[in-house]
Amino acid sequence: MLGSPRQAGLDAEPDSDSGSDSGFGSGSGESAVTLEHVTVRYGKVDNPKQVAVRDVSLVFPRNQVTALLGPSGCGKTTILRTINRLHDHTSGRVSGAVKVGDLDVYARDTQPEIVRTRVGMVFQRPNLFPTLSIFDNVVAGLRMNGVRNRQFLREAAEAALRQAALWDSVKDRLGLLAVRLSGGQQQRLCIARALAVEPEVLLLDEPCSALDPQASARIEELIVELSSHITIALVTHNLFQATRVSHRTAVFLLDDQNSGTLVEDGPTFDVFQSPKDPRTQAYVSGTIG
Amino acid sequence: MTTGTDITSRDSSDLLSPEAVARRRRIVRRASRSTLRRRRLVGNTTRLACYLALVIALIPLVALVSYTVERGVHGLSVGLFTQLPVPFGVPGGGVKEAIIGTLIIVGLAAVVAIPLGLSVALFLVDRRGKLAATIRFVADVMSGIPSIAIGVFAYALFVVPSHHYAGITGSFALAVLMLPIIVRADEVALRTVPEDLWDAALALGARPSRVARSVVVRTALPGLVTGNLLAVARAIGETAPLLFTALGSSLLITNPFQPMDAMPLRILTDGTQAEPHLQTVAWATALVLMAFILVLSIVARAFASYATRHAR
Repeated sequence: MLGSPRQAGLDAEPDSDSGSDSGFGSGSGESAVTLEHVTVRYGKVDNPKQVAVRDVSLVFPRNQVTALLGPSGCGKTTILRTINRLHDHTSGRVSGAVKVGDLDVYARDTQPEIVRTRVGMVFQRPNLFPTLSIFDNVVAGLRMNGVRNRQFLREAAEAALRQAALWDSVKDRLGLLAVRLSGGQQQRLCIARALAVEPEVLLLDEPCSALDPQASARIEELIVELSSHITIALVTHNLFQATRVSHRTAVFLLDDQNSGTLVEDGPTFDVFQSPKDPRTQAYVSGTIG
Repeated sequence: MTTGTDITSRDSSDLLSPEAVARRRRIVRRASRSTLRRRRLVGNTTRLACYLALVIALIPLVALVSYTVERGVHGLSVGLFTQLPVPFGVPGGGVKEAIIGTLIIVGLAAVVAIPLGLSVALFLVDRRGKLAATIRFVADVMSGIPSIAIGVFAYALFVVPSHHYAGITGSFALAVLMLPIIVRADEVALRTVPEDLWDAALALGARPSRVARSVVVRTALPGLVTGNLLAVARAIGETAPLLFTALGSSLLITNPFQPMDAMPLRILTDGTQAEPHLQTVAWATALVLMAFILVLSIVARAFASYATRHAR
């Protein structure tokens, strides 16, 4: 629907400081996000019991939806939060390498704020800012990043709300408190808020878990549309959702030390139809997890 | 053709074109990068200001504690805890009667004020309406009443009619002092218990009073303990209400219907004497009082964490 913004939209004028970021990451562009031997531990001491996820190497191809599947507590969300460095604010410690485009996320001189303008995130439950209006919620990320121009804010808000398929229902009441909206609309507003910053990667952490089927279906449509120009990592418990919206699937399970581990990943069709690992077979056919 | 700085409005159909997305992305990234240095500076300045405020807030506290320790540590001895005050000029002597008096007076006050305060707080959490709002307002106003006024109140209420000072009148004054603090602290602690837990317990067929006891109070216990400790610690150091009620004494009296001594009263009596020895005793008593509150906090918190871990 949106074509490929990568070719069409590339800089009309050269970006002055394109070293770290030309607006679309690296030129080769096969993988938007790369995890190499990522291990996350919680707590202070080195204790095998506190390894939440062990040795995950995974590639999220550009402009595709990658579903992260697996039972509760096997580290899917933990992996998601390594990509935008949200573990900086918890007791989690990340080892291994994470790259977004050509940006080394955990490099010493990488500012987490720069990572997070490139990687948006939407959480399980709608977490709109309760004191802000619909409009102010959508542009919150822009304002926090120093964008002041009112005209630009309006344009970006409209674009984000249109992408989130919310524009027509809220355009006449942008000043309304955002938390007055219904749950499904709130979650779409959360997506719009993330999109307004124009990220190249979007992390979705069970975005439909608190929604009814109709609202979930709309979010799923949205995910498919957005994947034309945004790389999406989607954590879900819903196997059918994974088959409906994802290009690739990564299956996580608990290993014998109770740490999350990546069992298998590949094109969604292959993972579901001809899984290589017997544990994947058991999981996708619903006999474990 | 769009450029990085071109921000003119366009048709809505253009808003989602790849060019528009790319242009907005460029503008946002540029704004983000160009303001990042300033934003980090503001962030670091704020953090620095917070640490600075922390240090400034700690200075009087550390100064007070270290000065009291410095002056009082010489006066510490076994005799301080086992002997009664001695007459002017006689060496030795202790504050045994003040320690026991404080335990009795504050203990009685706490035994009354803590359950009463918790009951009122439960009422406030359970009911919304004019009465609850009024009680809350009264509690707020009461916690601002100077303690000496509470002392005079207890004096007028009990001491004047009976012509008799008594430790238990002091307990009454301290209970009045503690009650509003406890009510408000308990209410805040109880409100942190999620509504879901009320629902869960009620849905199992529990009576509301049972929910309050088994679920709400237990869940809020650490917060309740902290709030009540604050009230006890406040009461234990109060001198003014006791001046009008318990009066003070240099005899060991355990009958709460007689005038009693208490540590703050003893500090006032001894500390204002022109006798270095007695002043040292006063400093040592102040040190014991502080240590007492410290021990009380540690014990109460340990109890709360024990009770939480061994919940039934």
